[in-house]
Amino acid sequence: MKLTLKIWRQKDRNDKGKIETYPIDNVSEHMSFLEMMDVLNEQLISEGKEPVAFDHDCREGICGMCSMFINGEAHGPDRGVTTCQLHMRKFNDGDTIYVEPFRAKGFPVIKDLVVDRTAFDRIQHAGGFISVNTSGNTQDANAIPIPKNDADKAFDAATCIGCGACVATCKNASAMLFVSAKVSQFALLPQGKVEAQQRVLNMVEQMDKEGFGNCTNTGACEIECPKGISLENIARMNREFLKAAVTAE
Amino acid sequence: MALTGLFLCVFLIGHLAGNLQLLKDGVEAKRAFNEYAHFMGTNIFIKVLSYLTYISILFHAIDGILLTVQNKKARPVKYAYEKPNTNSKWYSRSMAVLGTLILIFIVLHMQHFWYKMKVSSAPMALHTENMYQPRMVSQGVIEDTVVKVYYTTNGSYVPVSEVTVKGKEFYNNTEEQIKQIQNQYDPNYQPKGQNPKIGEGYKDLHSVVYAFFGHNKSDEGVTATDKTGLSANKYALPFVILYVVSMAVLAFHLMHGFASAFQSLGLNHRRYNKLIKITGTAFAIIVPLLFAIIPVVIYLTK
Ligand code: HEM
Ligand code: SF4
Ligand code: FES
Repeated sequence: MKLTLKIWRQKDRNDKGKIETYPIDNVSEHMSFLEMMDVLNEQLISEGKEPVAFDHDCREGICGMCSMFINGEAHGPDRGVTTCQLHMRKFNDGDTIYVEPFRAKGFPVIKDLVVDRTAFDRIQHAGGFISVNTSGNTQDANAIPIPKNDADKAFDAATCIGCGACVATCKNASAMLFVSAKVSQFALLPQGKVEAQQRVLNMVEQMDKEGFGNCTNTGACEIECPKGISLENIARMNREFLKAAVTAE
Repeated sequence: MALTGLFLCVFLIGHLAGNLQLLKDGVEAKRAFNEYAHFMGTNIFIKVLSYLTYISILFHAIDGILLTVQNKKARPVKYAYEKPNTNSKWYSRSMAVLGTLILIFIVLHMQHFWYKMKVSSAPMALHTENMYQPRMVSQGVIEDTVVKVYYTTNGSYVPVSEVTVKGKEFYNNTEEQIKQIQNQYDPNYQPKGQNPKIGEGYKDLHSVVYAFFGHNKSDEGVTATDKTGLSANKYALPFVILYVVSMAVLAFHLMHGFASAFQSLGLNHRRYNKLIKITGTAFAIIVPLLFAIIPVVIYLTK
């Protein structure tokens, strides 16, 4: 395959950045998108140019590092996959492909396609934890009966890999899907009840502090999320939040 | 946002129920509608509701605009290339624009009708009816004469030709007659209480609406005496189009807004999501459609 890549290049946080055009040849349709980017970078290096910086780690869709906004969509045109799982057979010979970093005030660009997603870490620190007795008589989690339905929903919420595609996709750069997944995975389980009220208040407060926008329920995040995190979680968080906001002391 | 939005949806149902009465024409219908409008304007419970509605619209609009400004700030650098239609509906992304258009419509709409009804100094036609009085024209020949009367809020009828109208109030004599009486007796006498109010009329909102959207000659009873100051609206067609287009805008705002309000309040449940979605879509289509039918029907028949 022969492609034209239009890629965002930005030296550092303070650089203004711009789109550069790179022709690339010999792309196999069996390559993943990241492998295609590797080929491009080898080409750039051999030409004596600076390779394109991009985040990646596991390359099997579980770490959530590979943030790229490809042809107008987070993680590209395929559904339920991250960029590392996106195959070049989703594109056609001769295509022009735009590759941009995830855009949000809460995700400042560090270099080229690499963005700073530590805002998500700070939101997690604000409440994404539970209290567990570690004094030697820690209870086995399996000893607590949990309805299958709740366990499944909590597990589904916990599959969020913190990739940030929801933020990147949302017209408001809202982080509600991510935060609601992190709130829900605990809110659904007895272990999460202890800090439930404070958790949702603190995590939402941190989310707002990081400069993410407000949810207006367009539903774009749910469709672009590689893990299929459901909007149900956002409603659950709204519920938890309203309850806590009214009753917290 | 969600609470004010849903309150406004409830308001729409009430408003629509009132408006649908306008589809009926004729003396009975006109009187019933004007009585209804009078009730809506004077009942204390309705007054409280109407203030709640004004506040809701203001709060909803201000909240919506602040929300939109904040959301724009959350993405300072835009994408060079976006495909938003692959993951969301255009109207769900255009709530602020749709809402602002609705706000502009609300202002115009209030100018058209609310201002005339509610601001007492505004010129407003009063409800009149034709009465038929049998009169002997010659020996054995009886003919009906038409007498135009005001129907008053205390249920009586007052011939139009026999009263002076100030705002909604009827007085016994004409100004000249009062002056004559004055001059006869005492030119310095101030006729306080000399000319007591003999009744109060209903504002003729029914005819005002018909004249507003009607493009042909308006009703008999509307044009006849121009005490009422009504005639068919030269600009009826542009106004009908404005109203229909505004209702289409409202339809799209609600198509997203109705279900969205439930989600914002955390009311999401697998068993009821479909129901909310279907109800929202039906509401968004039916309510604005019924609103829009009224000016169209009046335009086509009047
Ligand atoms: C006065 C002018 C109006 C403005 C500026 C306005 C603006 C907005 C905005 C910006 C939103 C939220 C953003 C979003 O969900 O994408 C919204 C939501 C909504 N609006 Fe309006 N709107 C207006 C009038 C109305 C009217 C007249 C109604 C109903 C009769 C209405 C019903 C709703 C509903 C139900 C929602 C959903 C609330 C939610 O998502 O939580 N709006 N409006
Ligand atoms: S909710 Fe989905 S899109 Fe958002 S961070 Fe988690 S996995 Fe990524
Ligand atoms: S590199 Fe880990 S999910 Fe893509």
